[in-house]
Amino acid sequence: MNIVNFTPVTATLGGILIGLAVVVFFLFNGRLVGISGIAANALTEKNNRFDNILFLLGLVIGPILYSLFTKNEINITISNSFISLIFAGLLVGIGTRISGGCTSGHGISGIGRFSLRSIVATITFMIVGILTVLIKNFL
Amino acid sequence: MNKLVSLIAGIIFGVGLVISEMINPEKVLGFLDMFGNWDPSLSFVMIGALIVSSPLFHIIKKKEKPIFAENFNYSNNKSINNQLIIGSALFGAGWGLIGLCPGPAISSIALLNIHSIIFIAAMFFGFYLVKLISFDNKNT
Repeated sequence: MNIVNFTPVTATLGGILIGLAVVVFFLFNGRLVGISGIAANALTEKNNRFDNILFLLGLVIGPILYSLFTKNEINITISNSFISLIFAGLLVGIGTRISGGCTSGHGISGIGRFSLRSIVATITFMIVGILTVLIKNFL
Repeated sequence: MNKLVSLIAGIIFGVGLVISEMINPEKVLGFLDMFGNWDPSLSFVMIGALIVSSPLFHIIKKKEKPIFAENFNYSNNKSINNQLIIGSALFGAGWGLIGLCPGPAISSIALLNIHSIIFIAAMFFGFYLVKLISFDNKNT
């Protein structure tokens, strides 16, 4: 194992903001952030639909405001084929609905309230994610 | 007012994803590459988020009700079953393939990256499929 590209300060700062967003949503609206749930419910449920859409809109506006205020360009790199993007998107969409949460819902909101169910879910998707990258590196 | 809160919470979350660089799939894949060139940053994102949210969550839930809603509304599902494990495993596989999970994927719409938009379309189709076969758990 080599440690590379380690950015603990910005990672922690970003994490604190994410935690703050979860707290704000809970304190004011009484709901826990789980983005797969918010996104899926925005698509399929009438209940709270407008709230869910506004939250998702906020997720998109956030990076735009960040760029405007800091003048920093946000760069992301995705070099996968369209087929693998579709395959992975389906896995993420189906998997998070079957398990009832993703990195935010289980990993932060769930673990934050000490839910054993969410701890098990998070350990599972972390291990499978790590194994997937390990296998990809061998191919 | 709760509409405004939803928007603001989304914005704060989105900025957090940018500052922590979780919005970049390469960064996420670096975290998952634990047995290769490992970038442990993502664990600090989780630690940062939990340090803030966990204690405040336990304080806030003692309140009678939220500020702009009638009651607290979250899943109390405690079951650890096959659905939880299989769903999490499928999610982990998709996450490990590209390095995108739902939050960063949706935030990256701002960057108008065709790759992430294709991923999101497939992800929403996945949400719809599960709804269709009503295997759906309530969100956590």
